[in-house]
Amino acid sequence: MPEADIVQLHDGAEPNPARLIAKLENVVFAARSRKLVDGLTFSLRNNGITTIMGPNGAGKSLALRLLARLLLPMDGYVHECGLAARDIALVFQKPVMLRRSVKGNLIHALKLHGVNRRERPERLAELLRMADLEHLSSSPARLLSGGEQQRLALVRALAAQPRLLLLDEPTASLDPQATQAIEKLVMQASNNGTKIVLVTHDIGQARRLAFDVVFLHQGFAHEHSPAETFFTEPQSLEAMAYLKGELLV
Amino acid sequence: MQDIQAAFLAAFNLIVSLDADLFEIVGLSLTVTLSAVAISCLLGFPLGALLAISRFPGRGMIVVFISSLMGLPPVVVGLTVYLFLSSAGPLGSWQMLYTPTAMIIAQTLLVTPIVAALTRQIIEDLNGEYSELLRSMSARRRDILSTLLWDARYSLITASLAGMGRALAEVGAVMIVGGNINHVTRVMTTAIALETSKGELALALGLGIILVLLSISINAALMSLRTNMERFAYA
Ligand SMILES: Nc1ncnc2c1ncn2[C@@H]1O[C@H](COP(=O)(O)OP(=O)(O)OP(=O)(O)O)[C@@H](O)[C@H]1O
Ligand SMILES: [Mg+2]
Repeated sequence: MPEADIVQLHDGAEPNPARLIAKLENVVFAARSRKLVDGLTFSLRNNGITTIMGPNGAGKSLALRLLARLLLPMDGYVHECGLAARDIALVFQKPVMLRRSVKGNLIHALKLHGVNRRERPERLAELLRMADLEHLSSSPARLLSGGEQQRLALVRALAAQPRLLLLDEPTASLDPQATQAIEKLVMQASNNGTKIVLVTHDIGQARRLAFDVVFLHQGFAHEHSPAETFFTEPQSLEAMAYLKGELLV
Repeated sequence: MQDIQAAFLAAFNLIVSLDADLFEIVGLSLTVTLSAVAISCLLGFPLGALLAISRFPGRGMIVVFISSLMGLPPVVVGLTVYLFLSSAGPLGSWQMLYTPTAMIIAQTLLVTPIVAALTRQIIEDLNGEYSELLRSMSARRRDILSTLLWDARYSLITASLAGMGRALAEVGAVMIVGGNINHVTRVMTTAIALETSKGELALALGLGIILVLLSISINAALMSLRTNMERFAYA
């Protein structure tokens, strides 16, 4: 990406020199004449994990779908700087499992990503190990427990070696140990240069992982602060109320 | 009553003695029907799947049209194929009337809409579940089609079995274009019709028993397939 773009897209409100990866600008998305996302603006930089927080129905999942280009904004822009569609992966809030074995799901992803037949077994073994699913590799994926499915969905997304990985509550139904394992995977991927956007309701998790926090409420980003700031002195009334557990939708 | 008992006994004898005429007829029935179903699947799977994942003006009409073809009366299909293949018809020079090929063509016309319509429904449902995932994996159209067809494989087998049940039991189309010629185009259903009208109940009953057994097996296969699909969560 040319340097000029960075300068041009860099706004004073976010004094952050890291490379810009994506930017939503005044994005509007409506369904049945209801504006679900309304003037959504925030940018993602290559400086660590960004978490998106906000109450149920705030538009967090929609924001990820917009970033993944599964939805097109009705107004405004979604910029992605130098990313092709294949560089972006999304792990859905409700994992979608192919009607195949665990192994079959991963091989499908590797195939789609163009990994050749000879390299597949090694990659497959690595992914199974990362998800701690070696013992279940031949089971039908749809018979896995909710947590196992989420682990599988995460490593299946990693199979594509994305540069931008969007995670929609990836630990929502995991036990503490599995949560820890996922957090480790997420940090690993982040350290390897994958930009991670993580939607979570788990404040502890956000504190552990986040570099910055985008706070959504009613389809609008009320705050985008460094994690430190967000959790100690949130800048918006909405975020303050949310953190106190007082924000009603 | 005596006659019927005797006929059953004779029919049973024909079956256990592996009567050559009887099994020639059964063999031709299976050849014609299985060929027609195979061709119908080759046409109907991709057609139905394409229809399921495409959006274009007039799509709704095509969907309704294909579904309505599912209920085509076999005699009308037979008549249509007859008109095309008869010596005065546009394909008369092919000289295919009263051959097994003509019967396969007629049954293919009967079964393809069934397979295509069921496939469209099956693939559309599955695509509802898969489409965001596959798009997020930036799958191309070809990958999307092959993923959906493969993951719907068991449901698609049930669709083809449904088509097979219809083809195997159908009389009208094969009678008109095949002509029920002994040793050439005589199949189970046409033989049963003819033998019964001649009063030759033994052969008719023998074939009837085999036909019933075959349809029961098809249905049993359908049911065990469904149970297994559920067990492996592939439904
Ligand atoms: N396809 C759609 N059609 C109509 N309304 C929709 C659609 N998708 C989402 N919505 C609505 O948009 C709002 C935001 O949905 P979204 O899934 O983004 O919420 P969320 O912030 O992810 O909430 P949660 O924390 O519960 O996952 C909700 O009120 C939802 O009902
Ligand atoms: Mg959500």
